Amino acid sequence: MSARLADITEVDIAAERERNPGAFGAPLRQRLNAWMAWGGTTALTIYCLYRFGLLSGNFLHGVSKFGETVVAQMFPPAGYGDIPLFLKAMGETVAMAFLGTLLGAFVAFPFSFLASKNMTRSRPIQFATRRGADLLRAFDYLIWALIFVRAVGLGPLAGIMAIAIVETGTFIKLYSEAIENLDRKQIDGVTSLGGNWLHKIWFGVLPQVLPMMLSNTLYMFEHNTRSATILGIVGAGGIGFLLGDRLRAYELREACLIIILVVLTVYAIDYLSKFLREQLIGDHKRREPIDDAVQI
Amino acid sequence: MAISKTLNSAGTNPRGVVAQFEQQYAGYRRQKRVYAALFGTVFVLCLIAALVTTQFNLWKLIAGIPRATEFLSKMLPPIHLDSFAKDFGEWYWGAAEWFDSLLNTLLMAYLATVLGTIIGGTISFFAARNLAQNYLVYWVARRVLEIARTVPDIVWALLFVLAFGIGEVAGILAITTHTLGAQGKLFAEVNENINPLPIDGIRSAGGNWFHEMRFGVLPQVLPNYLSYTFWRIELNVRSATIVGFVGAGGIGLDLFTAVQMLYFADVGAILLIIVATVMVIDMLSEKFRHSAIGKASFAH
Repeated sequence: MSARLADITEVDIAAERERNPGAFGAPLRQRLNAWMAWGGTTALTIYCLYRFGLLSGNFLHGVSKFGETVVAQMFPPAGYGDIPLFLKAMGETVAMAFLGTLLGAFVAFPFSFLASKNMTRSRPIQFATRRGADLLRAFDYLIWALIFVRAVGLGPLAGIMAIAIVETGTFIKLYSEAIENLDRKQIDGVTSLGGNWLHKIWFGVLPQVLPMMLSNTLYMFEHNTRSATILGIVGAGGIGFLLGDRLRAYELREACLIIILVVLTVYAIDYLSKFLREQLIGDHKRREPIDDAVQI
Repeated sequence: MAISKTLNSAGTNPRGVVAQFEQQYAGYRRQKRVYAALFGTVFVLCLIAALVTTQFNLWKLIAGIPRATEFLSKMLPPIHLDSFAKDFGEWYWGAAEWFDSLLNTLLMAYLATVLGTIIGGTISFFAARNLAQNYLVYWVARRVLEIARTVPDIVWALLFVLAFGIGEVAGILAITTHTLGAQGKLFAEVNENINPLPIDGIRSAGGNWFHEMRFGVLPQVLPNYLSYTFWRIELNVRSATIVGFVGAGGIGLDLFTAVQMLYFADVGAILLIIVATVMVIDMLSEKFRHSAIGKASFAH
């Protein structure tokens, strides 16, 4: 292969193009598809902008109004005298997340065995448990909170129930995945020594799945603390209740202080949870960057 | 590790080895028990603190369960097989209005995803350590993204409702703000992980800056961008169904009204629409995401 660049003729290039069409760019059909996808996206975007009136003068008016009557009114934050009250509500938020997560974990634990293919022989029961869990997870915390506030009244109990319901679904899924991934050999070992059903679970299954379950539970607790900060906006207790109250009463400076408190608490819980998981389980690498972006 | 060391130091005396092993094993057990007791105590203290703070009352919870189940059971009105069409039609009496709201919800989620991705994607170039021009710009970009995504979207919705009034615009802006924060952060991480060799290759072949970005950077990052964006649409559809609770438009507003008015059957009908929509969107998004990830593996 001692051909120099100058020796290559148009004929050579044409021959090469004939042999390897893919090396000279995507085929026409593929390019057309790409252009259609981009064109369709753009067209739909313009239609939406038009439909929701984001191209009109009214929108610009709203933007300037947002600057003048909302952002400008938020600073400087005020209401420092109420900080003890805010902190108490923040404590209530964290407590709601804690109890809701715990309750969900307790309810989910037995069901997660039913939902695992390697623990439940009956496929219909296993399948039904899985789909039931999916259904609980399908609704957002706020939707459950809205319903429970109507059923049990204003206050943290509705928030705890909302978190517990969603978490039951999430934990059945996460726990049963952990159970399905366990190593069969440890159970066989217990069986070969004459262990009964309880022995198999206690010495064969739990030592393998418990660290994973603990890690998942801690991670969801962190996630739920973030969710719990807003449940109060529909009346389910915690700091969100005060935030919604201040915003609706147009007390924007106090609302700003609460928002700052919420952000600081979220950071603190993030670091605490990361630290705890590293200490207890040492699996900080399991956390994917995608998780960090899932906020509420 | 420690045990094998002990075995070596104990030499060839088997009794000594066993005794030392037993001693060390007892030590490990003791240490583990101390940790377990400590962890248990902290846990119980947290539990008590939480119960006291929320004034948790188990009886109230148990009393609430039948009320909640009653609420849930009232959502499904009696539907008989022989008059299925008529009963179903009565249940979905507001279908025209609800499906209009649903369309608005989906378009809100779509527009917010597009706008948030464009803005967040632009900021991500300043928030990537390898691409930012100077540290101040990098720091500011990172903080902007952080604030945008740490403040919950429903709080943004409350703020935007104050300025733009009740309606879809507030919801779009709220979800856009949250999206730009999340996308900006993820995209910045993608930008930081690009392989510089393709850029070098294009430069050595005489390409200019535009060629470098178009043929060196974009093919590497676009599949990841697309994958994150499909995934974000999924999340934003969920968000768009709930921002209506504070007046920011979409089907959440219908749901909120129905719950407040205790129109149980309407609540059930709307919840069914929401669940079906979320599941279909999840399925579609997963399909598209896998095709995008498939392209990602070709790009490397």
